[in-house]
Amino acid sequence: MADILALRRTPRRRHPGSASAGVAELVRATGLTGLVKPASAAAGGPDGVGERVLPVLPELRALLPAGGLRRGSTVAVASTAPAPFGATSVLLALLAAASAAGSWCAVVGMPALGLAAAAELGVALERLALVPEPGPDWPAVVAALLDGIDVVAVAPPGPVSTDLGSRLAARARQRGSVLVPYGQWSGADIVLRTPGGGWRGLGEGWGRLARRGLVISRRGRGAAAHPREVTLWLPLGIEPPPPLVEDAPVLEAAG
Amino acid sequence: MSRVMVVWCPDWPVVAAGLIEGIPIHEPVAVLAANRVVACSEAARTEGVRQGLRRREAQARCPWLAIVDDDPARDARAFEPVIEAVEELAPGVEVVRPGTCALAARGPGGYFGSEAGAAERIVEQVAQACLVEAQVGVADGVFAAGLAARSGKLVPAGRTGEFLSGIDIGALDRPELVDLLRRLGVDTLGAFAALPGADVFGRFGLDAALAHRLAGGRDERPLAVRQPPPDLDVTQVFDEPLERVDAAAFAARQLAERLHDRLAGHGLACTRLGIAAFTEQGGELYRTWRHDGLLTAAGIADRVRWQLDGWLARGRAACRSGYQPAVVSGPRPGGIIRLRLYPDGVVEHAGLQLGLWGDAGEERDRAHRVLTRVQGMLGPEAVLTGVLGGGRDPGDHVRLVPWGDERISEPEQPWPGGLPAPSPATVPPTPLPVDVYDAEGGPVGVTARLALTAAPATLDISGELERISGWAGPWPVDERWWAPDEASRRVRFQVCLADGRALLLTLAGGAWSIQGVYD
Repeated sequence: MADILALRRTPRRRHPGSASAGVAELVRATGLTGLVKPASAAAGGPDGVGERVLPVLPELRALLPAGGLRRGSTVAVASTAPAPFGATSVLLALLAAASAAGSWCAVVGMPALGLAAAAELGVALERLALVPEPGPDWPAVVAALLDGIDVVAVAPPGPVSTDLGSRLAARARQRGSVLVPYGQWSGADIVLRTPGGGWRGLGEGWGRLARRGLVISRRGRGAAAHPREVTLWLPLGIEPPPPLVEDAPVLEAAG
Repeated sequence: MSRVMVVWCPDWPVVAAGLIEGIPIHEPVAVLAANRVVACSEAARTEGVRQGLRRREAQARCPWLAIVDDDPARDARAFEPVIEAVEELAPGVEVVRPGTCALAARGPGGYFGSEAGAAERIVEQVAQACLVEAQVGVADGVFAAGLAARSGKLVPAGRTGEFLSGIDIGALDRPELVDLLRRLGVDTLGAFAALPGADVFGRFGLDAALAHRLAGGRDERPLAVRQPPPDLDVTQVFDEPLERVDAAAFAARQLAERLHDRLAGHGLACTRLGIAAFTEQGGELYRTWRHDGLLTAAGIADRVRWQLDGWLARGRAACRSGYQPAVVSGPRPGGIIRLRLYPDGVVEHAGLQLGLWGDAGEERDRAHRVLTRVQGMLGPEAVLTGVLGGGRDPGDHVRLVPWGDERISEPEQPWPGGLPAPSPATVPPTPLPVDVYDAEGGPVGVTARLALTAAPATLDISGELERISGWAGPWPVDERWWAPDEASRRVRFQVCLADGRALLLTLAGGAWSIQGVYD
């Protein structure tokens, strides 16, 4: 229904002026029908695909100035000190909503990624491509992926020079994809870190890992310069537990 | 009345099991479907095993009987080389069922001098090409020829009725009708054929009337000849070896157009495309591309170009660094002198379907193009996608398949002993060995009765000691104990370290390892 409405509205929105008609004629004459689009087309529909901002989990919205992953931006997930734990979950949580809404995602250079955890967070595995071993020519692989994949996460095998980082970021900006570097990366628009967090449900010989509070902080440039912190409770979709008295974990039977 | 030659391989389901699964068929073997014997080997027959026996009865008669499950697909697959061997001598073969094929006797009969000579040649050919024993029968009509093949008889022209008259009525292969006729005292095909045709039709119906015609040797059905699959490969030989990508791209486009024309001429489209290149050093490079849509001419050209791009680039890189990729045979790929495209997975071309709303699926096409391109750079196995399946450990839970391959997801079923969600976000491809100590510094183990020898207190990750603040387990798994090579007996623990990390530990055969990190 929304599509039909959009179709009906489009001609009214566009002015049937001489310039527009000329362009339309040119497009038809050179056989470019379907390849040239009005700028308004990029605004896309309400389904999330083709929008300028890809959706993220509601808990993460506060961290991103656009309220989601803005196309063309670089959002890094730092996996270094002080606390390197939880970075992979943050990465997967970042992909989850966009992937579920129909975007394509790729993860480069992470052979140990737990796909079961990705699926539990809501990542659609049929739209998730993995390049576990990109080899020494990984920047070429990432650049190629940025051409057609909406979100490209990459864990570089070593330190990345500022020059290479800015070249890949420029590529992402040009192609309208989101680059999500995992690990050390300079020049990202937003850097997400996990300064803290902990697990609940595990005791001395009983219980199981049940709930996890993951504190995520951001640092960035421009609108994201103001540091901010949120707590993401996993698994998703359950009410965050009330603050607990110390050393009184939730009782729960194992599997 | 046309002369028909039937080539019959006795006990075909047994022979097929022998050919494909390597079962020794000279020993007692029986093929069972729905708990009944459908075929058995000669050795089993001498022990008293018969068609139609129940499994238990067959095993009682011959306790060392090897049992194979019936698999019609296996039978058909194994029969394909036999058909090809027969087709080498005589074209126009009809596959009656796996194990039996029919052909017109006139052509080969004339060519090899006599029907007997032709039969001999065919039996010899099948024996040499496929190591399969066959018998040939010739008669008027497929039905009679099939019966003649059972005894290896060549029934002279016009004497088919006479040949059939002495045969038991059971040969009709219509159990209900045969049962009824036996009770009426009709025991041979000759006796059945002697009944007036109109009365048989009136009393027993159409199917019986057909059977009556067969019994009388009036089998008018023409052969439904198998159409050999068309040759769809295209090949191009280059006088100048191709070293540069742009030259290769040009060649690829031309070749792709030719392949596409050929496919379109047969009304087909292909879903998998094999590319083979032969280099001047004598190396051969193969790769098969898969595509879940249909490949167009441009699609084929793109794939060939990426493919050659990857190979030629690798050849240059190999020259520079001495790096030797595993898939390349020969010292380095070198220039390409011959290129061959062979379509695989050919389907009827029913016209490409476009998206309903113009650019629907555009994102998908773009992503596919990019991922295929990366596959061209790194190889098809470098781009993977996960399929959720069953399993008890996070590593078993997901199967990785190359991009573009078929994603066969298993139906969701409960896995007793599986770990509860959340799953670890990091699953090392090879478990990382660690040591676990108790408060006194002694090693921690698990007894045969799944009791811990001591509460774990510290974890030694390659020399670094970490304090364990919480743990749960042992959760045992004893998988595939019936298959000694694949058996795995282990216990799992969830462990929380003092610095907030959570790990999934496994203890198998006295060795601890990290199987997952709740990262």
